[in-house]
Amino acid sequence: MTQAELVCPAGTPAALRTAVDAGADAVYCGFRNATNARNFPGLNFTPEELAEAVAYAHRGGAKVLLALNTYPPAGKTALWREAAETGARLGVDAFIVADMGVADHVARTHPGTRLHLSVQAAASSPEAIRYYCESFGVRRVVLPRILTIPEIRAIRKEIPCEIETFVFGNHGLMVEGRCSLTNYVTGQSTNMDGVCSPASDVEYVRSADGSMSSCLGGVTIDRFAPDEKAGYPTICKGRYLAPHRAEGYYAFEEPVSLNLARMLPELVAAGVHAFKIEGRQRSKSYVRSVVSAFRRAVDDIRAGVAPDLADLVALTEGQKETQGAFRTKKWR
Amino acid sequence: MAVTGMQAELTLGPIPFHWSREEKRDFYARIADEAPVATVYLGEVICSKRAPFFETEIPETAERLERGGKRVVLSSLAEVMLTRERKATADLADMDGVEIEINNAAGLLARAGRPHRVGPFMNAYNEDAIAWLARGGATHVCLPAELPGEAIAVAARAAAALGVEVEYQVFGRAPLAVSARCYHARAHGRTKDNCQFVCEEDADGMPLATRDGRPFLRVNGIQTLSESYVCLVGEAGALAKAGVGHLRLMPQAVDMVGVARAFRDCLDGRKDPAEAEAELVGLCPGTRFSNGFYHGVAGYRKIAADAAAMADR
Repeated sequence: MTQAELVCPAGTPAALRTAVDAGADAVYCGFRNATNARNFPGLNFTPEELAEAVAYAHRGGAKVLLALNTYPPAGKTALWREAAETGARLGVDAFIVADMGVADHVARTHPGTRLHLSVQAAASSPEAIRYYCESFGVRRVVLPRILTIPEIRAIRKEIPCEIETFVFGNHGLMVEGRCSLTNYVTGQSTNMDGVCSPASDVEYVRSADGSMSSCLGGVTIDRFAPDEKAGYPTICKGRYLAPHRAEGYYAFEEPVSLNLARMLPELVAAGVHAFKIEGRQRSKSYVRSVVSAFRRAVDDIRAGVAPDLADLVALTEGQKETQGAFRTKKWR
Repeated sequence: MAVTGMQAELTLGPIPFHWSREEKRDFYARIADEAPVATVYLGEVICSKRAPFFETEIPETAERLERGGKRVVLSSLAEVMLTRERKATADLADMDGVEIEINNAAGLLARAGRPHRVGPFMNAYNEDAIAWLARGGATHVCLPAELPGEAIAVAARAAAALGVEVEYQVFGRAPLAVSARCYHARAHGRTKDNCQFVCEEDADGMPLATRDGRPFLRVNGIQTLSESYVCLVGEAGALAKAGVGHLRLMPQAVDMVGVARAFRDCLDGRKDPAEAEAELVGLCPGTRFSNGFYHGVAGYRKIAADAAAMADR
């Protein structure tokens, strides 16, 4: 059986300590700039904070994975190189990368540090994954959330590296690392700036009839009836009009969360090495409850005991949740 | 290396939409005879289910285009996951004697260092990525559509030093996202596996409007495109000067021969950018143009020529 490592989000130093205390095997985090895909105000780490975080995590037996998983635009690669340099100096346990230029630089300049391939690289076939393994010595791939469990099992047999899958949190619909929707509307790029539906461009507009529009960069992403709860304007989770859908519909996906709690044993059996919990933008209390619940479940699985999944299932109870692509390819 | 507008070549990207075999045949026949484009990219890039409809026509189409003086490049799929997609990618990458454009890392593995072009879905955003790809056999790179002009210039300089040609999209809907899910099928209450090729109904993509009625995006199977057409006829000269020697026109359901002629006339100095743009507006009735990505602002925006000139200084 594989190790079933629990990889947890650390948007802030406080969240990192919380995740470590709650039993994370590894935490992932980034610097306060465009070098990672959660470049949100108030999130992430200064080099000083990361130094303390690495020490704290290592004392608690947890690894620190540094996300350098955006794509530097030409002329700005120095920022990513500096981030790698700082991360290596502070003793992070792995870099999570997507860009081939960043991967090549890190592989050559910091050969001792593990490389993980970010979901932002969108490697969804054994051949693509092997390309990154053979080119840069990638030791683990974070799989896109588009594969069924049998497909993951099949991939596992054909690649020389570990597999990490998302098991909980926000459920992205577009192929990660191939989406410019936010940039089309706001001028800030998910790939180059690490920004998706930035709060600075969000506006909620109440109409005379009581309905509420949620807007991004002045574009109406959804409109809610007076008795509906207005959601955050993420472009791929908005409602739109199409020729056959004059009533407005979720053209891409409903605003649901991924929760694979019930599938953990199957994922372990499929050869998944690490479970990733999404949510660097989430609160400390969220991190505590999610990480603790997954910790218990993973420990049970490791001990060969059927896990009690009630707590995990309860985490998204009352909200819309999905098993996404993992259960059936009808999702596609 | 800087090229003049006159030296810059126009290319025709792969048809992103599910046009019928007859439509494609007629389209390419006219391109072969009349369009002032130097290179034509052939092949299904978006959906592997569509590929069989035109696969058998490709050799003859390529020959037809070559007789018309065009260089032909075969493009590979952007998304590679299923067995048939993996096989199609490996088979294409394994071909010798034809130029290919690779759009997925799976193709790079199969190509194993032999010469190839790198497509816009490969995310070659910077000089380090281009240098890496060049070491692996890339001779020509199409930059991502969202890369701003400032970065394009840096990338082009670096590519020139490596002997790598650079291309950038100057016309057509911007590719904004791809997914494992088919949104065309979803709109019709189907899934990808039983889509019944409903995407064939929308020759220029299925329009999505916001709930307040503003045209916003276009769905093309698993791909999401912009509602606006990118139009950089006013910027084409600057792109050439920056070293972008190949300017890509993406096929849309409009008179693409006319579009190519307007761009060519502008690059050759027979028309000034304003005249060429006016002509393009006439060829694309009802469609807004945008150039925001190039100017580093929201992609849907259209920066006026005067303002654009100011921004470039």
